[in-house]
Amino acid sequence: MTTAIHVRGLTKRYGAVQAVGGLDLDIRTGEVFAILGPNGAGKSTTVEILEGYRKRDAGEVSVLGVDPGQATSAWRARVGIVLQTANDAAELTVRETVRHFARYYPDSKDPDEVIAKVGLTERAGARIRQLSGGQRRRVDVALGIVGRPELVFLDEPTTGFDPEARRQFWDLIRSLAAEGTTIVLTTHYLDEAEALADRVAVIAKGRIVAEGTPRTLGGRATASARVTWADGYAETDTPTALVRTLADKYDGEIPGLQIVRPSLEDIYLDLIGDAE
Amino acid sequence: MTATLNIGLARAALETKLFFRQRDAVIFTFSFPIILLVLFGSIFEGDLEGTGITVAQLYSAGLIGAGVMGVAFQNLAIGIAIDRDDGTLKRLAGTPMPRPAYFVGKLVSSLVLAAIEVALLLAVAVLLFDLELPTDIGRWATLVWVLTLGLAGAALLGIAVSSLPRNAKSAAAVVSMPYVLLQFISGVYIPFTELPSWLNNVAAIFPLKWMCQGLRSVFLGDAGAALELTGSYELPKVALVLGLWLVGGLVLCLVTFRWTNRGES
Repeated sequence: MTTAIHVRGLTKRYGAVQAVGGLDLDIRTGEVFAILGPNGAGKSTTVEILEGYRKRDAGEVSVLGVDPGQATSAWRARVGIVLQTANDAAELTVRETVRHFARYYPDSKDPDEVIAKVGLTERAGARIRQLSGGQRRRVDVALGIVGRPELVFLDEPTTGFDPEARRQFWDLIRSLAAEGTTIVLTTHYLDEAEALADRVAVIAKGRIVAEGTPRTLGGRATASARVTWADGYAETDTPTALVRTLADKYDGEIPGLQIVRPSLEDIYLDLIGDAE
Repeated sequence: MTATLNIGLARAALETKLFFRQRDAVIFTFSFPIILLVLFGSIFEGDLEGTGITVAQLYSAGLIGAGVMGVAFQNLAIGIAIDRDDGTLKRLAGTPMPRPAYFVGKLVSSLVLAAIEVALLLAVAVLLFDLELPTDIGRWATLVWVLTLGLAGAALLGIAVSSLPRNAKSAAAVVSMPYVLLQFISGVYIPFTELPSWLNNVAAIFPLKWMCQGLRSVFLGDAGAALELTGSYELPKVALVLGLWLVGGLVLCLVTFRWTNRGES
């Protein structure tokens, strides 16, 4: 398993504010990695340093084997960036825009195929101004992937989407991941991280406070479960044993049985609460 | 190098297309100097101090200079401030696009717009105010180099000034003020003979005065030279100052240009 992104001791300070304070991170080639964290936790700063937009104060950073602080255009051709707030090129059509961006890359994909992949074939001749918010984000993704990148950064890609548009967008991300593209995703939505990510890191106060698969993050898999049934409830580390006892007691089906582990959201709120 | 030029030209085509799709911008950019020319040409009739030069001729020369500066300086400065604000620059900075290609695109597209602007102004001046187009090749050559140097200098100045406004909303106000002031002190609206010498000295620092002076040499001819402050069009000096602005503007751009809004980098 090779490493796409390797970060050690990353720090960045804006005046008196320590935005990132000694952050370590490893992202493997081909994985979907979600970075979670409240606003102001250093999430955007970290990602923008990885993207080559910002200079770091200290630490070791390698993205696809290159220091993004010394980014070359050869490196930029291997990295796709899907920005959070872009309102540009409103008077161009989708096709014109994607075709134009394809020219920047040495080995770009066919623009029409990219437009089809993001599901905008029917809107290819429409001006970007006329698109819905969700369709506009699809154009952003098209521009981010038209250069055949090995690594794609997605910054809060589904903010403001309706539930159906989010599901469709998730399918798009999954199909990218299925092609072997490494994906780094920042998001506010925990269900999004859970649905898409192989691994998740939580940033709070400029540090990683937890890292793991969505199922095991912050001890989620081993946290005590709450078992509820018709006549009572219990918090237990051994729910299976409890259920067996209950099954004997009720002689078969346990009325109103429910076993709940903490949700990713519970874990997340605990984690960032502890960091405060 | 070829890649930069090719992508730069592709960007120029894109920028020009974008400009013409913003119909309100097209109408105002092109019509503003034309309306002023029609207005001034109609208000001030007659000859200048028995030189046989009409006031309309004088304003034609001045407004061509102002029109080119409008396209190059004002349009570019505001356009780039908007690009910086709406994410265009940030997005481009994240691609392998050679960064000089962005500027090639802006310069070439403003060259195209300026050529259209000059052609329109000349047509109006010839049709309505009997402006005589130069008949000798030398004057046409002067017209081309004055406009090219003046445009390039004004465009680079525009690129540099684009970093001054904090965001796209303030850009029009921040950029228009120096542009309008320069027009008033550079002999576009008010004859420079009416200005105090210190104002003429201020105007002499900036390219617009020299561009207009070069244009007067083309459209007013030898008879008009007597009207100049020094009694001559000083074409070598025009070339020198515009050339210096080209170099100075380039340095200023390289030093001041920001790919993001202030406070975001």
